[in-house]
Amino acid sequence: MKTARDTSALLGRSLRHILRSPDTIITVTIVPVMMMLLFVYVFGGAINTGSEKYIDYLLPGIILIAIASGVSYTALRIFFDQQKGLMGRFRSMPIPRAAILWAHVLTSLVSNAISVAVIVLIALAMGFRPRADPLEWLAAIGIVALFTLALTWLAIIPGLTAKSVDGAAAFSYPLVFLPFVSSAFVPTATMPGPVRAFAENQPVTAIVETLRSLLSGDPGAAPIWTALVWCGGIGLVACLVAVRTYSRSA
Amino acid sequence: MSLPAVELRGLRKSFGDTPVLRGVDFEINRGEVFALLGSNGAGKTTTVNICSTLVKASGGQALVCGFDVAHQGAQVRQRISLTGQFAAVDGVLSGRENLTLMARLRGLDRRKEVVDELLDRFGLQEAANRRVDTYSGGMARRLDLAMSLVGRPEVIFLDEPTNGLDPEGRLEVWRIVQDLADQGVTVLLTTQQLEEAEKLAHRIAILHGGRIIASGTLAELRRLFPPPRIEYVEKQPSLEEIFLAIIAAGAPGAGEGGGAHEDGA
Repeated sequence: MKTARDTSALLGRSLRHILRSPDTIITVTIVPVMMMLLFVYVFGGAINTGSEKYIDYLLPGIILIAIASGVSYTALRIFFDQQKGLMGRFRSMPIPRAAILWAHVLTSLVSNAISVAVIVLIALAMGFRPRADPLEWLAAIGIVALFTLALTWLAIIPGLTAKSVDGAAAFSYPLVFLPFVSSAFVPTATMPGPVRAFAENQPVTAIVETLRSLLSGDPGAAPIWTALVWCGGIGLVACLVAVRTYSRSA
Repeated sequence: MSLPAVELRGLRKSFGDTPVLRGVDFEINRGEVFALLGSNGAGKTTTVNICSTLVKASGGQALVCGFDVAHQGAQVRQRISLTGQFAAVDGVLSGRENLTLMARLRGLDRRKEVVDELLDRFGLQEAANRRVDTYSGGMARRLDLAMSLVGRPEVIFLDEPTNGLDPEGRLEVWRIVQDLADQGVTVLLTTQQLEEAEKLAHRIAILHGGRIIASGTLAELRRLFPPPRIEYVEKQPSLEEIFLAIIAAGAPGAGEGGGAHEDGA
């Protein structure tokens, strides 16, 4: 009870941060949207994805890139809380310690949901035509939420341990690049052997392909369990490490 | 009432191979203002962080209101509040929102009354709805202290509360600490300014090389020194006295905490 109440008090605080500095949402949204424009209107014509319209093929990868850069703000928010002494204040108060981290995690879910919604709306305007039924939509939203949750817990670790702002933000660069070496932008079939092997077996490919099949209303082809195991596994390990780091850090 | 507010027994702490505290002992009685005096790196902040459950001790024991910080952290946190070296305020929120958040986290009812009372007491009513980013250093520190008082904790840890403040801000903080003392709140204050300890503390302990090398009231500490010789020296005003006299003359009501005279740093 106390945990829920304090989490909501702290959530209210960080949601105000997002509302009062909407630049975080804009920054997170603008790069993926530019990429979407670039790939759809410049490169897309030359990419052969089979029968699918390119924007339908591309959107899941764009969403993952947006989330990967969005969670770096969680790292930053936690870093600044530590640096300003707010973390110390909260931790010396009668607040369940879980509430402090959960408030940051929920904030990340909310702010990433807003970014993703903006991107999907722009994609619709660009001709994205999902054929998912309500259940498939729900499943797609669930996978995106789980992916966000997993990466947010991952982001908390550098947030707690970083010695500088740059360090806190830097962890997300490789995450943002991961979709490029996957089937997010182009089919893996034309990649040379080792690259292809990596691309086909890394988490982004499974997650992207799951989202793609769910949104196109053809969930039969989706590697949905692989995607779930990746998200769940990364999230669980990151969560355990983050909580351990948190309870040991000063 | 016989139970001390804070009791440290042989408290040790090492960071890696570097010992910071090598067996610190002291007691703070209820309602006492206790100054922990020491130079930079003497271990004052470490001591305060152990007492406020932020850092685990490597050895020894720390009791706050009779509760062991190592095993009864939750009970300790119910009774204390910590004001660190830098004002721990949320710059994006307003002063009122910062205080309201504290009141919610302390589980208080009648939050508006509590918050209004603190805003009045700390001269922040006018700036209450402004973002704290726009406050001067002195105002942010006042808000910081006000946030620590929400919920009336029994023991307050003030880690170098006048760090980085201008002379006026320092006097204000001193007034606040004296107020707390008058209300019977127990205060553990760390400082490297001898004058501050002399002015505020009932008892003083000197932390040096990871140990308490002397402690007692100011009078007791004075007795450790050779008896004074009487000399006559012309009393020149210090720059601080001149500064304070000039600005008091120039700005009626200066130092009353309106904030209008502050430079917004």
